Amino acid sequence: MNTKSSRPAGGGRASMKRELPERFRSYRHVWVFIEFEHGRIHPVSLELLGEGRKLADQLHVDLAAVIVGSGRAALHEVAATTFSYGADVAYIADDPVLADYRNEPYTRVITSLVETYQPEIMLLGATVLGRDLAGAVATTLKTGLTADCTELAIDGERSLAATRPTFGGSLLCTIHTLNYRPQMATVRPRVMAMPTAQERQSGRIVEFPVDLREEDMITKVLDFLPDTANEAAQLAFADIVVAGGLGLRTSENMQLVRDLAQVLGGDWGGSRPLVQKGWIPAERQIGQTGKTIRPRLYIAAGISGAIQHRVGVEGADLIVAINTDPQAPIFDFADIGITTDAITLLPTLTRVFRQRLAVNRMAG
Amino acid sequence: MTHEHFDAIVVGAGPSGNAAAYTMAQRGLKVLQIERGEYAGSKNVQGAILYSDALERIIPDFREEAPLERHVIEQRIWMMDDSGHTGMHHRSDDYNEQKPNRYTIIRAQFDKWFNRCVREIGVTVLCETTVTGLIADEHRRIIGVQTDRDGDGIFADVVVLAEGVNGLIGQRSGLRKELRPEDVALAVKEMHFLPQDVIDARFNLRGEEGVVIEAMGTVTDGMIGTAFLYTNRESISVGVGCLVSEFAKSGEATPHGILDRFKAHPSVRALLEGAEIKEYAAHLIPEGGYRAVPDLVGDGWIVVGDAGHFVNAVHREGSNLAMTTGRIAGETIANVLGSCLACTRDNLQAYVTQLQETFVMKDMKKYKNVPRMLEHGGHNIMDIYPRLLNRSAQTWFRVDGRDKKSKESEILRSARQARGLTGLLGDAFRLARAWR
Amino acid sequence: MQIFVCIKQVPDSGQIRVHPVTNTIMRQGVPTIINPYDLFGLEQALRLRDRFGGEVTVMTMGPPMAVDSLRKALTFGADRGVLLTDRVFAGSDTLATSYALSYLIRKAGETWGAPDIVFCGKQTIDGDTAQVGPGIARRLGLSQLTYVSGIDDMDLTDRQILVRRRGDHGVQVLRSRLPVMVTMMEGSNEIRRGTQADALRAARAEIVQWNAATVGISDTSLCGLRGSPTVVKKVFAPTARDEKAEMISTEGISPSGMAEALVDQIFSRQPGLRDDLFRQAAGH
Repeated sequence: MNTKSSRPAGGGRASMKRELPERFRSYRHVWVFIEFEHGRIHPVSLELLGEGRKLADQLHVDLAAVIVGSGRAALHEVAATTFSYGADVAYIADDPVLADYRNEPYTRVITSLVETYQPEIMLLGATVLGRDLAGAVATTLKTGLTADCTELAIDGERSLAATRPTFGGSLLCTIHTLNYRPQMATVRPRVMAMPTAQERQSGRIVEFPVDLREEDMITKVLDFLPDTANEAAQLAFADIVVAGGLGLRTSENMQLVRDLAQVLGGDWGGSRPLVQKGWIPAERQIGQTGKTIRPRLYIAAGISGAIQHRVGVEGADLIVAINTDPQAPIFDFADIGITTDAITLLPTLTRVFRQRLAVNRMAG
Repeated sequence: MTHEHFDAIVVGAGPSGNAAAYTMAQRGLKVLQIERGEYAGSKNVQGAILYSDALERIIPDFREEAPLERHVIEQRIWMMDDSGHTGMHHRSDDYNEQKPNRYTIIRAQFDKWFNRCVREIGVTVLCETTVTGLIADEHRRIIGVQTDRDGDGIFADVVVLAEGVNGLIGQRSGLRKELRPEDVALAVKEMHFLPQDVIDARFNLRGEEGVVIEAMGTVTDGMIGTAFLYTNRESISVGVGCLVSEFAKSGEATPHGILDRFKAHPSVRALLEGAEIKEYAAHLIPEGGYRAVPDLVGDGWIVVGDAGHFVNAVHREGSNLAMTTGRIAGETIANVLGSCLACTRDNLQAYVTQLQETFVMKDMKKYKNVPRMLEHGGHNIMDIYPRLLNRSAQTWFRVDGRDKKSKESEILRSARQARGLTGLLGDAFRLARAWR
Repeated sequence: MQIFVCIKQVPDSGQIRVHPVTNTIMRQGVPTIINPYDLFGLEQALRLRDRFGGEVTVMTMGPPMAVDSLRKALTFGADRGVLLTDRVFAGSDTLATSYALSYLIRKAGETWGAPDIVFCGKQTIDGDTAQVGPGIARRLGLSQLTYVSGIDDMDLTDRQILVRRRGDHGVQVLRSRLPVMVTMMEGSNEIRRGTQADALRAARAEIVQWNAATVGISDTSLCGLRGSPTVVKKVFAPTARDEKAEMISTEGISPSGMAEALVDQIFSRQPGLRDDLFRQAAGH
C-alpha cells in the first residue's frame, strides 16, 4: 500500500478538498431560480434574491434571476421585478411547453442553461416546486445540493457554506460542495428576510432559446385546482397562528382554536397527533413533517412541544404556550407560558381579545 | 387450509420468554413467539442488571455479542436520611475478571439482541401482535392462542406464558389471580446521559467498570421501597420503586415525586449534574415473593418469569430468575415432547419440581416472610433506622471534645428513644426470621 | 404489475439526543423506525397490488440491521424485501445514494421484472432533503411525480396513470406514462395492519441481501463518501433560548383574569402587532 497517498482515517470529510477541477474554474455568478406560477412570483424567490445579492457582492460577481415560463410580456415583467430586488441579469426561457410547471421540461431547460452559462451557485426555494426541480437538476448535473438551508455564507475559498438543520432540528450542520459546480441549495420560505424593492432598477435580459415540443412530453397537466385564498396554503404566511394539540381532548374543541384565530384575523393549525386522529386535515399540520410557520404571534393550546413541533414554529416572533403540564417541553422554547387548561382559557381569551379590539374599533 | 401447528407458543419476548423459546428451539422444537411490542425490548427501555450465570447456561458465549454496558466492580448500599447517607461499599479488582459476574445493560438493546438470537436459532417471532386469548378444547386443555391480527387461531401443544407481571392473558383465562397491590412495586426509572469520561471520573471507574448503588431511607417518605442508581457506558440509570399498596395508602406520594427527591438528595445530585435526562414510563415489579407465586403449570400451559412472580426483591434479582425459569420450562417441555408425551399438568410438573431444587425456589422460600414483615415494620426500616444510623454515625465521627464512651451511650439512648427496647428487639427478631 | 417501494431505516427523531459537550448525536438506545413518509408509498403500493395484481418489492440501502425495517414492511403485506448493503456505500450523500439505489432497482428489475412504479418517501425525517426520489427518477428515466396526494386511475394496457399532485398553490391533475417514480403526500392514506398470515410470512421470510458487486456497480468511486459531492464541514448545536417561558401566574386567578394578563403580556411584548391589530379593527 502506498502510504503517501493514504489519508489518515480520522482526517474527516473536510480534508477531502482538492483543487477545483479545471472544467469548473470558469463557473461564475450567483443564480436564483424564480418561481413564477399562475401569474405570481413566489415570495421565497424574492427572499432569495436578497440573500443572493449578499453572496454575489461578496464574490464580486453578478446576481442572475432565472425565469422560466410562457408569455413574453409576463416574463419580462417578472424580470423587471427581479431587477428591483437586486438581480443584475435575468435569463428568460419562454415556451408554451413551460406554461405550467412540469419536472421534465423545466429540468431540461435549467440544466441546459447551467451548462451554457455556468453559474457557481444556484439557489431555489425549498417549496414543492423547488424541491421537485432541484433534485432532478442536481442529479443530471451530478453536483451537490443542500436542502432546506437556514443560513448561507461564503468562506475564504469562495466556497458556499450552506447551513441546515439536521436530525429534526436538534443539530445544525454546515455543508460544502467542494469539487463540483454549481453549488446548489434550497432555502425554506420565510427563513431569509424579504428585501425591500428598489424603484426602477434595470438589468440585462438574456433570452434563452428553448427547443421543446409538447408531443415529446410524457406528463400532461390536465387540470389545476387552485387553493382558495383562505385555505390552509396561507398558513405558512399568516401573521398570527393559533394551534391546538391533544390537550384539547376532543375534535369539537378545535372550534375554540378557530374562534380565537378568527378574532385575531389569523390562521389555525394543529400538531401531528391531531392529523393522525383525523381532527384536522394534513395541510393544517404544523411542525417538522407539516408546515413551518414564522408568524409574529403563535399561540399553542394544549400542545406539549415535541421536537418535531418545535422545529416548525421556532421562527415565530412570539410564542405563547397554554398547557396544563408545567413540565411540558413547550415551555422550554415558548416566550410566554401559562399552565392551565386550554379548553377553559381559550374561549375567555377570545372574549378578551374581542373586547379589546372592539373598544378600539369604536375609538377608530 | 389446515391450521398451522407449533410445538410451543411463547407469549412475550422478555428475558423469560426469550430463554424459553431459545431453549426449546435449540432442542429442535418448532416454536412461535408472540410479542406485543414493536420489537423485543421496545416496551422496556430502562437499564437493568444482567446476571451472567443464568444467561451463560443458555448462551455460553453471550459476552462476544450481547450489548453489555459495564461489568459491576463496586456495590454501594446506602441508608439515607435527609442530608446524607451511611452505608457499605464493596469494591474489588477481582471483579475485573475474564468472565464478569454482573453487568449493567440497557434492556431495549439487550432484549433485542437476545430475541435476535432466538430468531436465528429458528424461532418464528411475531412482533406487534397481541395475544387476545387462549384457545381451550372441551377438556379445558389449552391448545392455542388467538391474536389481534386478522386470521384464525394458532395452535400448539403448549403455551408458555412469559407475558410479564401484568400480562392479562393468564388472568383473563383464569390461570392466574389478579394482582394484589401488596404484591407489586411500581418503579420509575430515568436515564441520565453523560459522556463516558465524566461517568468514569465521578464514579472512580476505568474502562468498562461499573457501579451499582442501592439506597433506602427517608427518600421514600416512610413507604416501603428502594432507590437505585447504576452506571451504563454513557448514561446513568436512576430509579425508585415502592409497593403499589403504599402509594394507595399514602394517597399523596407519586413515584415521580420520590424519584425527584432522590435525584435532588445531596448524596446523589452531584453524580447526575449536567446530564441530559430521558424519562421513561413506570413499570411494575412483582415483589410478593414466594407466597404470591401462582399455579405454574396446567394442561397445555406453563408460566415463567415475572408472570410467575419470580423476583427476589431483597437482592433485586429478576432477570436471572426469569431466564432460569424460562430455560427450565423450555427443557421440561422439550423432554415431555421428546418422550412423545402430552403437555399435561402432570407431565409439566417436572418444571416445578426442578425449580424447587434450584436457587430460584430456594431463595424465594428463604425470603418468603420479608413482604409480610415489611408490611408491618416497614416504616421503621425505611425511616427510623436510617435516621438513627446517620445520626449515630455523625455522633461517632464528629470530633468535638466529648469522650467516646459517652458518645456510645448517646447512640444507644437515641436508639431506645426512637424505637423503644421492645420495638428494637421485635424488629431484630422479625428481620432475623424473615431472613432465615 | 411490479411495484418497488424504497424505504429507509431512520433513527426515531423524537428520541435523538445531542451530547452536551461534543455536540454529536448520541445514538445509544435510540430506536430505529421506517421513515414515516415511506409508509404512505407502501400503503399506496399495496392498494394498487390489491386492485391490479402483481407484486410489491420493498428495498433499502443500509447497514445489515436494516433487514429489520424490511421485515417490518413485509408484515404490512409486501411480497419481498431486498437489502443493498456494502461498506463502499458508507457516507453517501443524496447523489451517491440515488446512484446506488438506481443500480439496486435495475438489478431487482432484471430479477423479478421491471417496475411499473417506484415509490419513494417524500423525504426522510433524518435528512429531510427530498432529493433521493427525484435522483432515482432521473437516473432511471422514470417520469417524476412527487407530492402525489392521490392516484385516481391507472391503465396497465396503455400504460397511463392519472394522479393528483399537491403544488404550492393548488392541486395539479397530471397524466403520465408508466414507468413512473412517485412520492406520496403524508396523510394521503394510512398504513394497514397486516394480517396474521402476513406477519407469519414476514417472520419467516428470507430477506434478499445484495452488495455493490451483485447489483453491478463496478466503479465504486461514485459510491459512498467518495461519490458524494457534498461535504459536511461542521456540526453544531443550535443556540438555545436561554430563558424559559415567562409564566403567567394562575394561582387563585379566574380564567378571565388569566386571559387579561396574557393579552397584556402579548401586547407589551409585541407593540407593533398590537397597533396593527387595532388598526385593522378600526378599519373594519
